[in-house]
Amino acid sequence: MILFILCFILFMVGLYGVMTRKNLIKIIIGVAVMEYSVNLFFILVGYVDGATVPILTKGFEKGPFVDPLPQAMILTAIVIGLATTALLLSIAIRLYRKYGTFDIRKINSLKG
Amino acid sequence: MNSLIPLFIVVPLGSAFIMAILGRFIKDFGKYLINLGLLFLVGLTVKLILNSQETLIYKVGGFANAGDIPIAIYMVVDGFTKILLLIISVVGFLVALYSISYTKQYTAERKFYILYSLMLAGMYGVVVSGDIFNIYVFLEIASIASYALVAFGIQKQQLEASFKYQILGGVASMLILMGIGFIYWSTGTLNLADIATQLTADTIIMKFIAVLMIVGFGLKAAIFPFHAWLPDAHSSAPSPISAMLSGVLIKAIGIYVIFRIFFNMFALSYEISMVITVLGTLSMIIGGLLAIGQWDMKRLLAYSSISQMGYVFLGVGIGMLVLAQKGNPAVAAFSILGGLFHLLNHAMFKGLLFLGAGAVEYRTETRDMKQLGGLSEVMPVTAGTSMAASLAISGIPPFNGFFSKLIIIIAAVQAGYVTLALLAVVVSIITIGYFMKMQKYTFFNNDGSFWKNKKIKEVPFTMAFAMILMAALCLGMSLLAIPTIRDIVLTPAVDALMETVQYSKTVIGI
Repeated sequence: MILFILCFILFMVGLYGVMTRKNLIKIIIGVAVMEYSVNLFFILVGYVDGATVPILTKGFEKGPFVDPLPQAMILTAIVIGLATTALLLSIAIRLYRKYGTFDIRKINSLKG
Repeated sequence: MNSLIPLFIVVPLGSAFIMAILGRFIKDFGKYLINLGLLFLVGLTVKLILNSQETLIYKVGGFANAGDIPIAIYMVVDGFTKILLLIISVVGFLVALYSISYTKQYTAERKFYILYSLMLAGMYGVVVSGDIFNIYVFLEIASIASYALVAFGIQKQQLEASFKYQILGGVASMLILMGIGFIYWSTGTLNLADIATQLTADTIIMKFIAVLMIVGFGLKAAIFPFHAWLPDAHSSAPSPISAMLSGVLIKAIGIYVIFRIFFNMFALSYEISMVITVLGTLSMIIGGLLAIGQWDMKRLLAYSSISQMGYVFLGVGIGMLVLAQKGNPAVAAFSILGGLFHLLNHAMFKGLLFLGAGAVEYRTETRDMKQLGGLSEVMPVTAGTSMAASLAISGIPPFNGFFSKLIIIIAAVQAGYVTLALLAVVVSIITIGYFMKMQKYTFFNNDGSFWKNKKIKEVPFTMAFAMILMAALCLGMSLLAIPTIRDIVLTPAVDALMETVQYSKTVIGI
């Protein structure tokens, strides 16, 4: 249970970063931290104490296995996260070229 | 019929890849390929709607069920999915037709169509999949493509809007993924129908999942407290993409999933129905009030989208409230019908309004209403179609918007929520107000001699043709209110939502 709570705290750290930081790169890091915490949460969901890898090998046919499905899902989620982060960073670089700063208080051509 | 369902994902996804490879060698390959592909999908959707009333199921991989447990990844097409398929195909096709001329101003035209196809593949994927993790994957495909498309013009404002959209969209995706994690934890399955049979206890975890889902998909659908990104993103994107984002994307990846999971996956509860109705009412009022003060044409339309989505939430929310309180099912069905009808109509007229704003921007290179005026002299087709759409969205009788708003209001009165009905009427009057403002300052207000001197003329043929077709559809869709036609399109959708438990029984086949 303590692991789940720590994982949730990590999620909140990411959310806090997204909400309070003023630097584009730090905001992106905040999103990435949230993503990692969710990935960790999925792995914890599939974890079984004292179990082996879910591959049939001699001598371990019976034993408790960890759940492989969350791991498969997280592989997909990591790839999606890679695409999101890459796009975010490339937009941040473009913004830096246009405005000459990473400070969101100075990037404010949209109002209302 | 069942084996045709994957085509909805295969056609746009496949054409994106073919475009990326062959588009290098053949000029304008992408734009004609996606038009042909979407025309085919429009035909397929109409065939699905006319041919079969029963739920179509396709099992990817073809694995048989192990007892009651579904193993294959399901694709499900029922009545509610069909109306979403209809708007994605029809609006998507008309927008692609419009883009043929519009995108000539961009240097990376090929990439526009690749991203557009990917966005369509994502939206089709979300509406046909019957598996919650698949919904997440396709939602991310659609979202990432739309983030890139919002920034397509790479001007200051577009980049800023895209960044804001990506951060809020990213937070929403993480909340949704976390909700999926909790669902898998407590049920051990990802199939929507199977989850519905496993989730019975009304525990604290269920409430937490419901909150995560409402916030996550609410951010994607831009309902009131989560709407901050929408006016920026929808007004900065290229106009055909704005039409797609406002007309289809927020419905396919936001509203569709909210209704699907809260009707067919979770057991209906009074609290959730109340939350949906209250959020809908608030977004209806606040979106309308914020739209009045806008002078940027596309920003006004974007705020109006928030307001009109409020109507959809209000209609369906009242239906949920009546169902949750075990009220008269006929009233609930009528209310949900109004909400879904408005969802269909909004896709059509808001798409048309954004295309009209795009046509104005294409010729005059501004969308500031203070600088425009008198365009009806030089751009009669744009002015006429935009006027038709404005009348439709404000709810003037022969157009489709009138019937859907009327149904929502009557249903609210029948269900006993007179205050909500009154608010819907008031917001409808506000809507007429800001659309009159938009029409006056853009198309009338002076004699247009300024534009005549600048040699501004009507937009090219494909753009005008797409707008005329959409205006005709705005008028024609009021026929959906007639009972016999309603039974073909809208009633199956309402039934799919109303028979909440039936969904899982049909899909798993118990």
